[in-house]
Amino acid sequence: MFGKRHYRFDLTGPVADGWARLPRPVRWTVVGAFVALLFLLPGLKIPVLNTPKSDFASVLFAPVGIYVLLAVGLNVVVGFAGLLDLGYVAFFAIGAYTYGIMSTQHGWSFWPTLPLSVSLAMAAGVVLGTPTLRLRGDYLAIVTLGFGEIVRISANNTSSIGGPRGVSNIPHPGSFGGGTFLGVRIPDFKFGLLNPKPYYWMLLIFILVVVFFVRRLEKSRVGRAWTAIREDEDAAELMGVPTFRFKLWAFAIGAGIGGLGGQVYASQVNAFTPQNFQFTFSVLILAAVVLGGSGNLPGVILGGALVAYLPERFRSFDALRQLVFAAALVTVMVFRPQGLLPSRRRAKELTESEPAGGMGSLGGETGLEQARTANVDDA
Amino acid sequence: MAPLSRVHEGGSTISNLVHQFWSQTIDGLTIGAIYALVALGYTMVYGVLRLINFAHSEVFMLGTFGALVAAHFMGLNGVGSTHHGLGLLLILVGCALVAMAYSGATAVVLERIAYRPLRKRGASRLAALISAIGASLFLQEAVSAWRGNIRWRALHLGHLPVFPNLPLVSAKRDADQFPRILTKSTWFHVFDGQVRNDKVLIFVAAIFMMVVLDQIVRRTRLGRGIRAVAQDPETATLMGVDIDRVITLTFLLGGIMAGAAGFLYVLYIENTSYIVGFVLGIKAFTAAVLGGIGNLRGALVGGLLLGLVENYGAAVLGTQWKDPIAFAVLLAVLMARPTGLLGEALAKARA
Repeated sequence: MFGKRHYRFDLTGPVADGWARLPRPVRWTVVGAFVALLFLLPGLKIPVLNTPKSDFASVLFAPVGIYVLLAVGLNVVVGFAGLLDLGYVAFFAIGAYTYGIMSTQHGWSFWPTLPLSVSLAMAAGVVLGTPTLRLRGDYLAIVTLGFGEIVRISANNTSSIGGPRGVSNIPHPGSFGGGTFLGVRIPDFKFGLLNPKPYYWMLLIFILVVVFFVRRLEKSRVGRAWTAIREDEDAAELMGVPTFRFKLWAFAIGAGIGGLGGQVYASQVNAFTPQNFQFTFSVLILAAVVLGGSGNLPGVILGGALVAYLPERFRSFDALRQLVFAAALVTVMVFRPQGLLPSRRRAKELTESEPAGGMGSLGGETGLEQARTANVDDA
Repeated sequence: MAPLSRVHEGGSTISNLVHQFWSQTIDGLTIGAIYALVALGYTMVYGVLRLINFAHSEVFMLGTFGALVAAHFMGLNGVGSTHHGLGLLLILVGCALVAMAYSGATAVVLERIAYRPLRKRGASRLAALISAIGASLFLQEAVSAWRGNIRWRALHLGHLPVFPNLPLVSAKRDADQFPRILTKSTWFHVFDGQVRNDKVLIFVAAIFMMVVLDQIVRRTRLGRGIRAVAQDPETATLMGVDIDRVITLTFLLGGIMAGAAGFLYVLYIENTSYIVGFVLGIKAFTAAVLGGIGNLRGALVGGLLLGLVENYGAAVLGTQWKDPIAFAVLLAVLMARPTGLLGEALAKARA
């Protein structure tokens, strides 16, 4: 079998196998219980799992929920299609600005703006992707990085959308719920300034919908096309996969999810400035995807939650927390380059030498030890 | 035609560019030379490892602090020095050497800690990129902690006291001033553009460093090793090239160039902070891609071109559009020539 040689601490194989062997009702019950736990999470007082310096429910909404949603979105681009995007925050910014501008200047409310935000972000993805997706992986990385900076600086320089002051007094979504239905009390979805729980629940529902949608895509013809592109773009093209079109789709879908995240974020924070959409944000989302296990949905969700939660949890460590976080990032990559919960297929690809379609293997050309083990594994 | 008064107010029109053409050219070449020096580090590492050395911007940043430490060590604080002649030369060379030592050492340590273990495991370039990003964040935070205050205080995790004493860091986020070493004066004019002594020094020193590096890569045994690894690592190893040594030395050379750039940068801008590498690093990488990544002469062409274009663009549209202009140019060039202006060719530079 593959992997034994490289990954001494690989727990995911047996765990994933055991999980897949469970009967379907058992699996659904476990998933249902887990989802219920997630909904109850802001109200639970779990001793260690809290944030001493800030409100736990707020932290669960942003950064944790937002990071998870964005990590799932970026995973479509990086994990599924194997395209390196260093400017993902641009799409998040487009979603936030769409809602911010439409609501404050044109009086649109939350729900009608949502399709607009998502489609504008997707359109931006197509506009960026059409000329650039023909480029090789590293060039794509720098071009997307440039795009992210262009979006942020342009927003900063354009006074009609607030310039450096950004957008403020953004309305909250309309409230609903709060009554009783067939004698059962419906939770209060009153979107105000102070209570973050309704936003968390709304975001959680969005995340569940997006995860379901992305999971169906991954298992479909589209997902198989992405895998083919990621593994060997030339071979995929030869086998009749319209690689460019599918790469563009990956870009657009990832962008749309980013736009959704942006609008949800903007609706809660009340005000934002261009400084909320720094390059570091893109980097942290990418770190979440790779740290969790690029290409594996449970992995990237875990990665997003960890990257967002850990710095909040250790806020009392002051400036040192960033230092520790950075060191942890390097340490995890050194000891577990495939991520915490890797997709098995992706992990195997990543150890093979120089796959096409974007990122190749660092060791493929220079790590001879790796080349040797790869041969042993193939045999 | 825009009225002349508007030009002097700093309005942004084409006539601005016409009026400021020569001074913008001189500024563009000065900052472009610094971009080019930093770009060399990206381009060389990319040449041998096919990897964006994301932490190279922090290698540059440490160079600026190396120069600062050296200047303080030589007793230059406040407004600067009144030295001239040989004394001035010694101060300049001393600062430059310390800056290069800081950057070179950072680059080598970076390779050891953040890259080599991944290389040995055959990890993906994506993992290496994240590792580099982590190293980059780490260096930024470490420097801001170093420049700030560290106090020792007991910390609590929940209600439990952990580790009796932990350093409590108040990081320094604002810039450190670099003392004025060189009294800035105008040497001569190119049409209506004033050419200042520090700008000449920066340009000449940067070109000199690049020529030296180019000669090292083209003529020495080490350079042959670098080119061999860039061309075909496996065959190079079979031919007896010690690949780890070549990679270490590549990082060292790139680091030294970044250190020189760091010194020239603080000489020009006269301040630095923990975040100074970020924008400059992106620009330098853009310059490397613009000229053709992996190509040493491409880094020079890309750096100078980027410096010029963004200064001309800023004259037309206003300085706040400088960065978007630089990226737009990169996009345009990549559309037309996907491998940069001079192509990717570290391996092809024949001795």
